[in-house]
Amino acid sequence: MSRGLPVAVLACWALAALIAPWLPLEPERIDLTAILAPPGGAPAAGVAGGGLFGADDLGRPVLDRLLLGARTALLVGVGVVALSALAGTLLGAAAALAGGWVDLLLVRLVDVFLAFPGLLLAIALAGILGPGVDNVILALAVVGWVGYARLVRAQVLTLKQRDHVAAARALGAGSGRILWRHLLPLALAPLIVEATFGVAAAVVAEAGLSFLGLGAQPPDASWGGMIRDGVGYMLVAPHLVLAPGMAMVLVVLSINLLGDRLRDCLDVRGGP
Amino acid sequence: MFDWLTSRLVSGALTALGACTLVFLLLHLVPGDPVETMLGEGARPADRTALTAALGLDRPLWEQYLGYLQRLARLDLGSSLVYQRPVVELVAERLPATLTLAAAALALALVLALPLGVLAACRRGRAADGAATVFALLGSSIPNFWLGPLLILTFSLWLGWTPVSGREGWASWVLPALTLGTSLAAVLARMVRSSVLEVLGEDYVRTARAKGLSPAAVLWGHALRNAWLPVLTLAGLQLGSLLGGAVITETVFAWPGLGSLLVEAIQGRDYPVVQGCVLLVSLGYVLVNTWTDLAYAWVDPRIRGG
Repeated sequence: MSRGLPVAVLACWALAALIAPWLPLEPERIDLTAILAPPGGAPAAGVAGGGLFGADDLGRPVLDRLLLGARTALLVGVGVVALSALAGTLLGAAAALAGGWVDLLLVRLVDVFLAFPGLLLAIALAGILGPGVDNVILALAVVGWVGYARLVRAQVLTLKQRDHVAAARALGAGSGRILWRHLLPLALAPLIVEATFGVAAAVVAEAGLSFLGLGAQPPDASWGGMIRDGVGYMLVAPHLVLAPGMAMVLVVLSINLLGDRLRDCLDVRGGP
Repeated sequence: MFDWLTSRLVSGALTALGACTLVFLLLHLVPGDPVETMLGEGARPADRTALTAALGLDRPLWEQYLGYLQRLARLDLGSSLVYQRPVVELVAERLPATLTLAAAALALALVLALPLGVLAACRRGRAADGAATVFALLGSSIPNFWLGPLLILTFSLWLGWTPVSGREGWASWVLPALTLGTSLAAVLARMVRSSVLEVLGEDYVRTARAKGLSPAAVLWGHALRNAWLPVLTLAGLQLGSLLGGAVITETVFAWPGLGSLLVEAIQGRDYPVVQGCVLLVSLGYVLVNTWTDLAYAWVDPRIRGG
């Protein structure tokens, strides 16, 4: 894949998501004559055209719903990473600076959250909190903060031994100032790499939860929800499954490629 | 060694206790009144009181927690509101389907990843390496809820080779195992490649080459023996995410396992079953992780000292 392609894909994604409300989209227009219309646009004899990407089982234009789904994906991706990175950074840094039983408590807590494999805890949480995009963000952030907490804790534990931190402390700087001015700037590079992969993971997780019926609810559109609805019509209208999946994989692949490149540029070893 | 063993076991037990606590608290996260959510709007007051008492929600939180732990110790996970049967029975019925699917996916992932990773390492920088890299990238970027339908579309609907869903005959195993195993195969192939590359740079491999052994003998007799260890550990650790991914895969293929039970229970607001499924999978995961650590230490003495 050429070097500029991931950036271009992500730019299109962000642009589509941000300007979707101002585009003349009709994602909820039900057109019974266009039900399951194949992609291509041109209306056939007696059948209305479904638009560039065809129409779904209610005759709604797939392209419009795809763009709205891009908005849901971006909202969840950015929301989850912002929430979980903030909480994880604060908790991880606080534990590493305080040390002692506070640190021990955090390590234990992290272990407990890591005892739930993959999406399992998020599925249970989203199921119990009830469907909806806000609950999806909450559920994924509750699961996601752990990675950032571990990362920041490890970074702060090594960084706080450095001379410039001792010098700042000797000059009378408080813990908050040391953290903000002297520790976090140095821990930023791995945090940015982790957050980049985190956006991809959140996009996939949101689509997964929506696929299970736990995410965005109709009439809101989500790529995972579109795949879920399309599975029943796969033989007659495969575009209902192919289009949202392709959009999602393109975005996720681009984020992962960008993350790999960031990791190389920022010289961060290891990673997920 | 004994100290290390004890500390590892204690830490595993504490994590398990924490997981139990978190699962206990899940029920208290239900917005509003969980009893009302479960019974619906039109429930009679008597039913409501009965369910509240059955779930112990009328008692103080710490008393509920102690009671929950006591029942847990007797393997009592409560009973399902939908099926009117003990949760343990339901879970036990569904567990074998999930475990065998996970085992099939793990086996498939190893079969795919080992040759691919070794080949990529031996042909570093050439076409085979490039193909393995593309496979690893695609495999870890295509989520199983899209891969599953794609495989069904190709192999069941267009080619007609495999059944669309269900669990009858060996052919019905292929697509679910492939769906669940592909992302693991991608991760493992990457790991095998880097592990083999690292070992191939060691001095003893150079020595083996210098004394005139054939490349195949160097690879089999010297390099691979040492490259397996990190790969097997990773495979063990990934078993947990396999169980998590099984929830979606089972839904795609209508596979009668623990994952589809969990999704059914969430849709039916059958919270005791939700708790039972989540608890069982996470405890299994803790067990596998602890066991992997112990096995690793048993194989590699350097770990125990550290």
